[in-house]
Amino acid sequence: MNKSDLLAEQIREISGVNPKKCMKCGKCSATCPSFDKMDIKPHQFVSYVDNDDIEPLTKSKSLWHCLSCFACVERCPRGVKPGKLIDAARQIAERQRGGDYLTPDEIPELFDEDTPQQLIVSAFRRYRK
Amino acid sequence: MKYSYYPGCTLKSKATALDKYARASAAALGIELEEIDEWQCCGGVYPLGSDEIATKLASVRNLAAARDRGQELVTLCSACHHVLKRVNDDMRNVDDIRTRANNYMQLETPYAGETKVLHFLEVLRDVIGFDELKKKVVNPLTGKRIGAYYGCLLLRPGKLMAFDDPENPTIMEDFIRAIGAEPVVYPYRNECCGGYISLKEKERSKYLCLDITGSAKGWGAQMLITACPLCLYNINKAAGDVLPVYYFTELLAEALGVKEAADNE
Repeated sequence: MNKSDLLAEQIREISGVNPKKCMKCGKCSATCPSFDKMDIKPHQFVSYVDNDDIEPLTKSKSLWHCLSCFACVERCPRGVKPGKLIDAARQIAERQRGGDYLTPDEIPELFDEDTPQQLIVSAFRRYRK
Repeated sequence: MKYSYYPGCTLKSKATALDKYARASAAALGIELEEIDEWQCCGGVYPLGSDEIATKLASVRNLAAARDRGQELVTLCSACHHVLKRVNDDMRNVDDIRTRANNYMQLETPYAGETKVLHFLEVLRDVIGFDELKKKVVNPLTGKRIGAYYGCLLLRPGKLMAFDDPENPTIMEDFIRAIGAEPVVYPYRNECCGGYISLKEKERSKYLCLDITGSAKGWGAQMLITACPLCLYNINKAAGDVLPVYYFTELLAEALGVKEAADNE
């Protein structure tokens, strides 16, 4: 199996998403609070996966702009769950060497006296393998 | 009424107000919240990947602890509630996750999602009842116009969280009425505050929080209430000068007349 086929299989397995269900209404991107920050938009994630074109997704800046707010998941009329694809692509990126978006060394700079533990814990869960 | 209680990491440190006012209010309402022993941090966000097992085990331990005590499990923090409820759903309905988690953990009795996870607001609505709550209010917050800030995690995904209508919720507005205040319904009440983005991109969270507070203020709110320490932090940091934001339990304790006692404990 070549690398591109492997990635396509991986993202389907991790996400459990069937991109064929998408009817391209664009509601996921319309409702995404990070839409303007994303280089690849939520509805485009679905199309990329449908075309087995996964490598660009694992390098996308969008991985670090998704808020896991589940607006796209809730509001998709076809139950496609684009947010799960973004998360799966993020998993693939983080499971590679050097794929982390946050390191413990950064924390002291990012901290203030009111920072809730929840913020640090959540960020590590999302930004780091 | 006795429940197992899962506070979570932040309620023991930066969000002690959410915890102490809930405990005081629960006592005033005849609810016993028994903190489970040796609970572990839920991880803050639900691991979405279908092959994520290790990141769910802490939640399974908490859920199994409540099961072993024969009690339902009450949560307060929106994030903890979200994670515990979704992991519980996995343990009940996803064979692969249940099998692998149980194989790893070797519990005396395997866990299969038996525990019922309840948010404290659900206890107020479904067990006490908002009409009954209203009768126990000694210090109604008359004249206060309050915007409920739901955020994401209590409501979505709607079918799984089954907390309320995810697009048109009423539970927090009904709560606000029960404590004698006036709810302000505004369009951004279930939009995201930015969550964990505020660690590395504060400006982005600020941009989102200003939408929320601007919307609430425009519709006449004088303050916001939330159940989430991270929502409260993000809104306070970004837009605390637009509208103050409180934990719903603080206003509950005030209405029940137990706030001062809780403060002095």
